[in-house]
Amino acid sequence: MNTSNESAKAAFVKTIPVFAGYIVLGIGFGLMMAAHGYSMFWIVIYPVFMYSGAMQYMAVDLLATQANLVTAAISTFMVQARHIFYGLSMLGKYRDIGPLRHYLAFGMTDETYALLCREEKHSDKYYFYVTFFNHLYWIAGCALGGIAGKLLPFELKGVDFVLTALFVTSFIEQWDQAKRHSAALTGVLISLACRIIFGSANFMIPAMVGIMAVLLLMRRKEERYYE
Amino acid sequence: MNNMHTFLILAVLSIITIFLRELPYLVFGRGKTIPKWLEYLGKVLPFACMGMLLVYCLKDLSFASVSGFVPEALACGVILLLYLWKKNSLLCIIGGTVFYVALVNLVKW
Repeated sequence: MNTSNESAKAAFVKTIPVFAGYIVLGIGFGLMMAAHGYSMFWIVIYPVFMYSGAMQYMAVDLLATQANLVTAAISTFMVQARHIFYGLSMLGKYRDIGPLRHYLAFGMTDETYALLCREEKHSDKYYFYVTFFNHLYWIAGCALGGIAGKLLPFELKGVDFVLTALFVTSFIEQWDQAKRHSAALTGVLISLACRIIFGSANFMIPAMVGIMAVLLLMRRKEERYYE
Repeated sequence: MNNMHTFLILAVLSIITIFLRELPYLVFGRGKTIPKWLEYLGKVLPFACMGMLLVYCLKDLSFASVSGFVPEALACGVILLLYLWKKNSLLCIIGGTVFYVALVNLVKW
């Protein structure tokens, strides 16, 4: 029995929805970069070293407007702050893994988090393969977009909805399987309130602070329901 | 286009992203005891985070025009129905996406 093969197979099946989404979204990034005249070198190097869908789309903007580095740093912080939450909730699974943990943390995108956060404890190899496969799909998508953008301009409107579908489905599934809904409701309601008050571009950090505060305030009453 | 600027932007974005993804492990890494309140947060955050991501992925909906929210709302409805019917997440994701793509390409909004 080859456990490494089994982990890879299980991880591949798990990541199929992300495969579809990342190829499509990656193509979007590649096309935009190509349209701005960037070479294949940059189109591939960006996803290798800064693996993040939302941030790469923003990078195209920052590049196109020749943004200064301080502006770039502040917008990165605003957009990416939610990743602190992912790290906090994966501490129990990841923190004793050793050097491999750095790659797992580096590759913890929204989609990888959505796939892994509810899973029972798996082998390190399984975590690695899920993270690595998603990373490969994303790089492949960006490269394909770059090539396509150099050859012909095309677009199928709406395919990027696949990632929204992934999040909506994960939410419904988690809701259905949970015994207690206070934490999920806190996440939805506080984010929604902050989205309305602060607007689409600035709501994530206030939402995170609010969620953390409310969850901690509810601790005494709610902790026993989450074991 | 300017290669130095392209490189510096990549460096800044990449370093900050990696820093944010590593931060919890740097603070509460190996060998350090995880305080009780953090253990609790680790259990409830996955639920709260999916709620936050739900709002995040729909954050750009606009109620100013019909095309700004109806396709998304209908596609989310389809996902929910598919889930209640088969409880198969892959079916929900593919079904919802195909429905959405058909809706925005075939219907004149």
